[in-house]
Amino acid sequence: MSAKDEDMNGHSDSTAPAHRESDTPETSPAEPVADPGLHHEPDRLTDVDPRAERRAERQVAGMFSLASVLIVASIVAYVVFGISPDDPEQPVSVGDVQISNFALGITLGLALVLLGAGAVQWARSLMTSPEVVHERHHLRADDETRQETLDAFETGADETGFGRRKLVRNSLLGALALLPLPAIVMLRDLGPSNGESPGEVKKHTIWGEGVRVVTDVTYQPIRAADLELGQLVNAMPETFQELEEHGPERINSRAKSPVMVIRMAPDEFEIPAGRENWHVDGILAYSKICTHVGCPISLYERTTHHMLCPCHQSTFDLADTGKVIFGPATRSLPQLPLAVDAEGYLIAQSDFHEPVGPSYWERGG
Amino acid sequence: MSTIVNGAGKVVDFVDQRITASNWLKRNLRKVFPDHWSFLLGEIALFSFIIIVLSGVFLTFWFKPSMAHIVYEGGYAPMRGQGMSEAYASTLELSFEVRGGLLMRQVHHWGALIFLAAMSAHMLRVFFTGAFRKPREMNWLVGVTLLFLGVAAGFTGYSLPDDLLSGTGLRIIEGGMLAIPVVGTYLSSFLFGGEYPGDDIVSRLYPLHILVFPGLIIAMVTAHLMMLWYQKHTHWGGPGKSNENVVGAPFFPVYVAKAGGFQFIVFGVIVLLAATVQINPVWFWGPYDPAVVSAGTQPDWYVGFLDGALRVMPPLEFEIFGHPLTLSVLIPAIVLPGLILTPLALYPWLEQKATGDTREHHVLDRPRNQPVRTGIGVAFITFYVQLWIAGGNDFFATILNVPVNWITRFIQVGLFVLTGLAFWVTKRICLGLQRRDRDLVMHGRETGIIMVSPDGEFSEMHAPLEQGDAYSLTWHERQAPYEPGPATDANGIPNPNYRTERRRARLSRFYFGDVVQKPTADELEAAHHEGHHAVESGHEHDELTSGQQ
Repeated sequence: MSAKDEDMNGHSDSTAPAHRESDTPETSPAEPVADPGLHHEPDRLTDVDPRAERRAERQVAGMFSLASVLIVASIVAYVVFGISPDDPEQPVSVGDVQISNFALGITLGLALVLLGAGAVQWARSLMTSPEVVHERHHLRADDETRQETLDAFETGADETGFGRRKLVRNSLLGALALLPLPAIVMLRDLGPSNGESPGEVKKHTIWGEGVRVVTDVTYQPIRAADLELGQLVNAMPETFQELEEHGPERINSRAKSPVMVIRMAPDEFEIPAGRENWHVDGILAYSKICTHVGCPISLYERTTHHMLCPCHQSTFDLADTGKVIFGPATRSLPQLPLAVDAEGYLIAQSDFHEPVGPSYWERGG
Repeated sequence: MSTIVNGAGKVVDFVDQRITASNWLKRNLRKVFPDHWSFLLGEIALFSFIIIVLSGVFLTFWFKPSMAHIVYEGGYAPMRGQGMSEAYASTLELSFEVRGGLLMRQVHHWGALIFLAAMSAHMLRVFFTGAFRKPREMNWLVGVTLLFLGVAAGFTGYSLPDDLLSGTGLRIIEGGMLAIPVVGTYLSSFLFGGEYPGDDIVSRLYPLHILVFPGLIIAMVTAHLMMLWYQKHTHWGGPGKSNENVVGAPFFPVYVAKAGGFQFIVFGVIVLLAATVQINPVWFWGPYDPAVVSAGTQPDWYVGFLDGALRVMPPLEFEIFGHPLTLSVLIPAIVLPGLILTPLALYPWLEQKATGDTREHHVLDRPRNQPVRTGIGVAFITFYVQLWIAGGNDFFATILNVPVNWITRFIQVGLFVLTGLAFWVTKRICLGLQRRDRDLVMHGRETGIIMVSPDGEFSEMHAPLEQGDAYSLTWHERQAPYEPGPATDANGIPNPNYRTERRRARLSRFYFGDVVQKPTADELEAAHHEGHHAVESGHEHDELTSGQQ
């Protein structure tokens, strides 16, 4: 065992660390057990038995060699287990992809593990491994060095006259304080620079007077008479289809306008004052966007008319103004006033009367 | 010597003639690295980060960070003809049309999960063993920063493929931002380039994910390792080990071989996971559609606690000056992360206030010898794990076959009750273990031999511990609570700092008031002279005698 002294700092440190009063040896009771000193680890089998040593050597070399074989095997697997179909028009077979993934990963992964295990085994059983003891040094520099550093700094500061030349100093500090502002200002155009404020934009959707309610995905208009009692249909405004596929407008509307249309028996649901004519023979429409943090609500319990958001389990009662009956949401689901057109299809009377989705500052109380 | 060393010697000679390399190498080649399994946790974090960077570079060669709308005509048949973003389409291309692409995607994702798990475990190790104490507070801060950066890098990456799950995650982030008073809508509008989701977010998260966060992580890891190197690693106490030395294996060759080998093992395990356990099969989720969400989906584990907090927070919203203040979102999404990170970052200084200890510490604490700190740590874990369970409350409801609302209610109470209980129970267990250590040192171990004295008294014989074993139970420092001293001095002059002192004493009593002290030399002496406890002589080892310090 070597107890070599190592000195990274290039100086010896005589300063003792500050002791708390109660820790000084005078007041603390004597230690009950003396340090017996480092005990030697018993010799390893590979240190005393040449056969064990040779066996360990073979093990290590074996692992490294097997790693080489597996690395070559992974290249073979890359070539052999192709994934592109012979005919480029044909789809890729997911099975082929998974075989390729498995073959590549198993060979490479095992090669890496063997490489690592071999190195560790080499260190553990074959490298002579004395326990080395190094002294630690207090990290605080000695007083002399600290004083010299301070002096050097003060000399430098004196030479600049930073303390005396107040005008130079203050004008420099002023300019440096202003410097980050352009960096912030120039980020301004991350958001739209014209049009409505972000709070205003949130207040309306593409729903409006006379906009037909169409089924989601297939965009079929919904005839009021075709809806069965208890049925729930996910729906969109008809105008959504006309939006350009490219650009953000379509996907933004997709995040704001979805509604759920349900039909309940007239005696099953509460009608608050002012919403008497918002339903059509028991057909109501609510925003599908959760008022908690905006997930699309999707789990409907037909018998209770409860609607659950799968993200955080806010539960809304569609039979009672869409109010929250469980979970973290604080606001009822906004209701879309419905009517029927001359052909008997559901239409919106107007846009929502309040913003859809999560609460936000400009929303108002 | 072999040619390898000659070759290396030439290189060293070349470098040495230009930057005096051998001077530094002389001092560092044999640097001591103590060995303990718990020191490997940080290494797992480092090595998994390296494989994340390697696999990530591979992914960037194919991934297109664009939300431009296209109609998919690629190799995956079920998606053909569907509208989607280029980002999602290029993720499908990586998975199905690039050999090894799926493997690298899965390596990248598994690596990220393991990176964050290893960092968390490493941080707990440092906490429970007191490795954060002076002089390592700065490195603790760097570590907390790394944990934050790791979560940020993970989340921005999770959001890039623009699949259904990643979009849902972003939607929740947007909801959280909107709850910020006054500026919430503006922050959201700047992040998304207008309304949610817009078509900018993927190309904005991309530079954060592949440049800013990994760049900062590399810078912080470098600082972390340089400080570790300079200060030398902590070690466990025991025979021959003290606060003034460091005992272990030399850096070259033993540590290089072990750590280098371990690096390949970590790489290998991650690759084997990627080969055999599917992760984030985005082709099942489908492209992001803001009007669709699937039930039972979970975020990556490290975001789970935030999602859980959102789930268990009761609905609270106030109105101030005609504006809503949505506490049910603000507290879990914005306040809670700060509430966790701030005390975590400041903990070394909080504890220093209690101990009043300004000395350097290089010997680790056994968690039992710091009952209050250990209690605080376990209480934090209990709090965190409950939030994490809440994040999967629907999953646990299915397993336990109970209504999901029960789990929510249970955790709402448990966050307070169980967390407090965890502190109390942990502290009691620590004190019990301390008491057992003390008994072992004082009376030795039980031999199972029952003696009958001439008076008919039964007693069990105890054998004294060997000195090394006894030292292993007593090397730690004695911790007495701080005494504030008298309010007035001998002349009746009031101590101007008395109030501060008393506050400090109260904090110190909280930490050390109940600690079971190791026996003093005198107590040990007395215990040994009680005669019938010890098996007298006849043993090859020296009988334990009290030492002097």
